[in-house]
Amino acid sequence: MTTTTIAHPEYNYKVVKQFALTTVFWGLIGMTVGVLIAAQLIWPALNFETPWLTFSRLRPLHTNAVIFAFGTSALFATSYYVVQRTCKVKLISDKVAAFTFWGWQAVIIAAVITLPMGLTTSKEYAELEWPIDILITIVWLAYAYVFLGTIAIRKTSHIYVANWFYAGFIITVAVLHLVNSAAIPVTLFKSYSIYSGAVDAMVQWWYGHNAVGFLLTAGFLGMMYYFVPKQAERPVYSYRLSVVHFWALISLYIWAGPHHLHYTALPDWTQSLGMVMSMILFIPSWGGMINGIMTLSGAWHKLRTDPILRFLIVSLSFYGMSTFEGPMMAIKSVNALSHYTDWTIGHVHSGALGWVAMVSIGALYHLIPRLYGKVDMASTKLINTHFWLHTVGVVLYIVAMWISGVMQGLMWRAVNSDGTLTYSFVQSLEASYPFYFVRFLGGLFVVAGMLVMVYNVVKTVRESKQVTAAA
Amino acid sequence: MVMTEFWHWWIILLTSISLVGCFWIITVNLKNYAGVPEGESMGHEFDGIEELNNPLPKWWTYMFYFILVWAIGYLILMPGMGNWEGLLGWKSSNQGIVSLEESRTLSAKAIDEGLLVQFDQEVKHADEVYGPVFQAFAAKPIAELAYDDDAYKVGQRLFLQNCALCHGSDARGSNKFPNLTDTDWLYGGTPEKIKETLLHGRKAAMPAWGPALGEDGVQEMTAYVLKLAGRKVNDKLADAGKAKFGMCAACHGADGKGSLAHGLPFGAPNLTDNVWLYGGSKKAVEETIRAGRNGVMPAWKDVLGEDKVHVISSYVYRISHPKE
Repeated sequence: MTTTTIAHPEYNYKVVKQFALTTVFWGLIGMTVGVLIAAQLIWPALNFETPWLTFSRLRPLHTNAVIFAFGTSALFATSYYVVQRTCKVKLISDKVAAFTFWGWQAVIIAAVITLPMGLTTSKEYAELEWPIDILITIVWLAYAYVFLGTIAIRKTSHIYVANWFYAGFIITVAVLHLVNSAAIPVTLFKSYSIYSGAVDAMVQWWYGHNAVGFLLTAGFLGMMYYFVPKQAERPVYSYRLSVVHFWALISLYIWAGPHHLHYTALPDWTQSLGMVMSMILFIPSWGGMINGIMTLSGAWHKLRTDPILRFLIVSLSFYGMSTFEGPMMAIKSVNALSHYTDWTIGHVHSGALGWVAMVSIGALYHLIPRLYGKVDMASTKLINTHFWLHTVGVVLYIVAMWISGVMQGLMWRAVNSDGTLTYSFVQSLEASYPFYFVRFLGGLFVVAGMLVMVYNVVKTVRESKQVTAAA
Repeated sequence: MVMTEFWHWWIILLTSISLVGCFWIITVNLKNYAGVPEGESMGHEFDGIEELNNPLPKWWTYMFYFILVWAIGYLILMPGMGNWEGLLGWKSSNQGIVSLEESRTLSAKAIDEGLLVQFDQEVKHADEVYGPVFQAFAAKPIAELAYDDDAYKVGQRLFLQNCALCHGSDARGSNKFPNLTDTDWLYGGTPEKIKETLLHGRKAAMPAWGPALGEDGVQEMTAYVLKLAGRKVNDKLADAGKAKFGMCAACHGADGKGSLAHGLPFGAPNLTDNVWLYGGSKKAVEETIRAGRNGVMPAWKDVLGEDKVHVISSYVYRISHPKE
């Protein structure tokens, strides 16, 4: 293969390469742990009577690994790449950028060690104990400095839309992390939240849903706004649509947390506001999907031959689907059925595996050959194989969880003529087993796809080294 | 609990800014202010990416307006805007309750006055529909009701949903949780005693004897307890334990046959049989003597009500007293 892309010695690609490769690595690890805990739900003996291999400890490891190791590394890699190329300027500081890479890896390693040890704040998606939280804060401020500082010294007059979304994500995640993780340390590995009761629950889900809204949505929309038009070689469909959906999205998401606490001790007024804002949120979410998919106008034929574009467009379809599903599930009467069931797990994974993982994988397949001075990945055929493995895996996963979730909801609310519940909890669990198996199978497909990706990436990077050596 | 004026208006202000802001930003973007014709490039270029000046999709815009109007309507009818309770007066439950007493008073008021408090209305509905079923069961004595097959089925369901968590689906218990199907009772197996246990709960306290006995004493006492149960032990150790058994006799009786055998209400188990609530291995018995045990059966009176407890009592009576 020949290298036709122009090398950009003026850009810092080192940190982008580092984050891109760790994204692939942590993706494989995080998803493999997911498959293991999915298997444990069918065959509990797979915890081998070992405390650190139990579901309770590996589940937070799985979520932290896919959100903060895989997803966030993908955001670091792409944001550093995109901000340089769309601002036509090198990162403001190579040293601070390198610090964010090693600092973030240190956070991940600390998570990989402490979570299986059972050290946890017990706050979902914010389980890491206070010393790690402080490290996260420092790394995140450094990230904000590198990203926003680079925008500040840009050589273009406007700021490209992808950077609005990345900036919104970086700033909001800093605020969310600081407020939700506020705690009083007792020992090096134990702290207590400064909030209590319903306030603690509300702060936790204000954080929790905005981790979804800003980290897993706004950040990845930033990724979408660069890699979709770039891969499709088409202009962005509508500038004005991006203005409306950006401002509406970031101002509405911040309200949506209470829908995680419907019919709890949270006051009615908070629940209502959370539900109303979640419903409105459906519209700006679809604004992003429309803008991404319509960008393909005039280039639809490329889907036939380009599996990278397929990853990107299918990710937008999953984004549209789960941002329709989410507001529906936020309606109190729907939530009364869906809450605490596998439906929620299905919804999260249609977002995480369908949207977040697919847009990241598509972006990486575009990014990695360019970082290593090549036109394409070593094998386009294997990208296609990965696409189908992943798509089949995601569909198996979410369909299984939809069915088992709705079934659980219906079983839990069924009553006899005397008012007693028709089914015991254990009966609903027994009925869920076949779907747990299908979910496990779906997970296997996804991990198989990641293995194909690892092979393809290693081959691409190696080939590029041989080319350099030969030259 | 009502929030202060400041927070009330703060919530209204922020909500209004968000909703009005959404109205404003779509309306502004309906017009072509970009200075280039619709459908053409905005004229910026970022790493080869251009942006077109296409209008907002019409159907999407209409949906946006529609949902904003719906949102305002919802917030007028329902609680949401701070202290505003909504025109419908709907509540999920009585808000800001701080005591059980206050909760009962407000629930009674909501039911009497037909207020739109969802939880209270659902309870009222359930009481009306299902209450008579249980009242009819409650009219029969437990020993008789136990062999009524309808009551048995209802009792079993209630048991599975409320009791099986500790006692197991088959009611045979597990370590720390008594088997209800044998004839070994801690507090008594008569209908009255079973119902008393369910209504008011039980708290059992085996004190920790480790500090008083010392490690040698724990070994000796363990040997004696195991001997009482007919196990082979070191007789010398057991004799030493027996000499100190006086302190155990207050609850377990001098013969170790437990408090029930002596008509006492402590729930101290019979040590001479081979039923072990906390395990019968040497290690488990040592641990019981050394560190003590605290057994808790919750009180179900306020959770299920007396009529349902009556039906569950009859179920427990039947599985422990099968006919013939």
